[in-house]
Amino acid sequence: MQLFVANLVVARGGRTIIDDLTFDVAGGEALLLTGRNGAGKTTLIRALAGYLRPIAGSVRLDGFDPERDVREACHYVGHLDANKASLSVMENVAFWQGYLGDGGSGTAAGDALWAALERFGLDALADIPAAYLSAGQKRRLSLCRLLVARRPLWLLDEPSVSLDAASTVLLADVIGEHVAAGGIVIAATHLPLGLGAARELRLGEQVAMS
Amino acid sequence: MSGFMRLLRRDLLLAWREGGALGTALGFYLVVVALMPLGLGPDLNLLSRIASGILWVALLLAALLSLPRIFETDADDGALDVMALGTLPLELVAGAKSLAHWISTGIPLAIMAPVLGVLLNLEVRAYPLLFATMLAGTPAISFLGAIGAALTIRARRGGLLLALLVLPLYVPTLIFGITAINAALLSPDGFAASFLILSAISLVSVVLGPIAAAAALRTQME
Repeated sequence: MQLFVANLVVARGGRTIIDDLTFDVAGGEALLLTGRNGAGKTTLIRALAGYLRPIAGSVRLDGFDPERDVREACHYVGHLDANKASLSVMENVAFWQGYLGDGGSGTAAGDALWAALERFGLDALADIPAAYLSAGQKRRLSLCRLLVARRPLWLLDEPSVSLDAASTVLLADVIGEHVAAGGIVIAATHLPLGLGAARELRLGEQVAMS
Repeated sequence: MSGFMRLLRRDLLLAWREGGALGTALGFYLVVVALMPLGLGPDLNLLSRIASGILWVALLLAALLSLPRIFETDADDGALDVMALGTLPLELVAGAKSLAHWISTGIPLAIMAPVLGVLLNLEVRAYPLLFATMLAGTPAISFLGAIGAALTIRARRGGLLLALLVLPLYVPTLIFGITAINAALLSPDGFAASFLILSAISLVSVVLGPIAAAAALRTQME
């Protein structure tokens, strides 16, 4: 599996944010996007997930079912948690598992759900409405999505925001395992995630600030 | 279970748990209809003549109140972004959410309408007609309303803009909903023509509404 990004140009509000960017990421690799505020980290991630239509250039994922859209290979964890306050922790994860996953159900899906909750330390809170979670717990709840539905390409936008030190290490472990299993992780971050072997792509060097 | 059914079930569960929207819509409907006899005076003949029109217009306004909820909460908490990555096309996402809105708001409003008819001295034989036309007409309100709701998710306090966008689209439903009732009261076989057109408007809305709403969502997500 390999992600090719060729001559990508993306504009926001009439201003070119990403100008002629070319890179590729192979399966089993993690890529860290760094750069100052406004350098285009979120813009690049949202363009890769297909939310923003690029002005020029292409995004191609080799090794994924060519009949299906690239977005169906993506996990996106952004600034917003995408959890419903009035659903319990378990209901939130179960919905995304069914919605994003391949529709598998029964005991295997239930086991995967519990494993993800335990992994992120939310198993004791499974029946609590998500409204009562702290910011860090809400973040861990949205990270559970990554584990319950198998998808090769993870697009993470500041995934460690509001996580404590132990949870950040846990996140790095989870990312490491995904990469070791041949997946691709692209993470925008200000903070070092503790990913040893990750490549780094510095954005914004070429963009002149007005 | 397909993604469509999962989404429908989740939205209905959310509507049930966060019952405020339905309560507001039903309460608004009750208050608007109850104000009419106070404003128009106790002329029973006048009230029964205009009852079906008042009930229909008030229903449109009450439904309008709850339209923003179709997409706004999911757009605000980022759930819509994640939904766009599912295997379900965005058109069907919009369809499932519109259907959930119809079940959780349109049907309760249609059930409540004949009850409120008592306040307006609605003729007894018009009760089943009113309920039937509202049940057939409210899908258009939810599915056309979804277009406006999708266009205004990024507009803060977009409620008024939503009303301006959506109310003109409701005119055919309103006209044929009321003519069906009035025609049926005049002659027993006058009902079918208007009722069939009303149903046709709803069916067209069910098909076209989600397509337009999905296109609006795509531009709003950029």
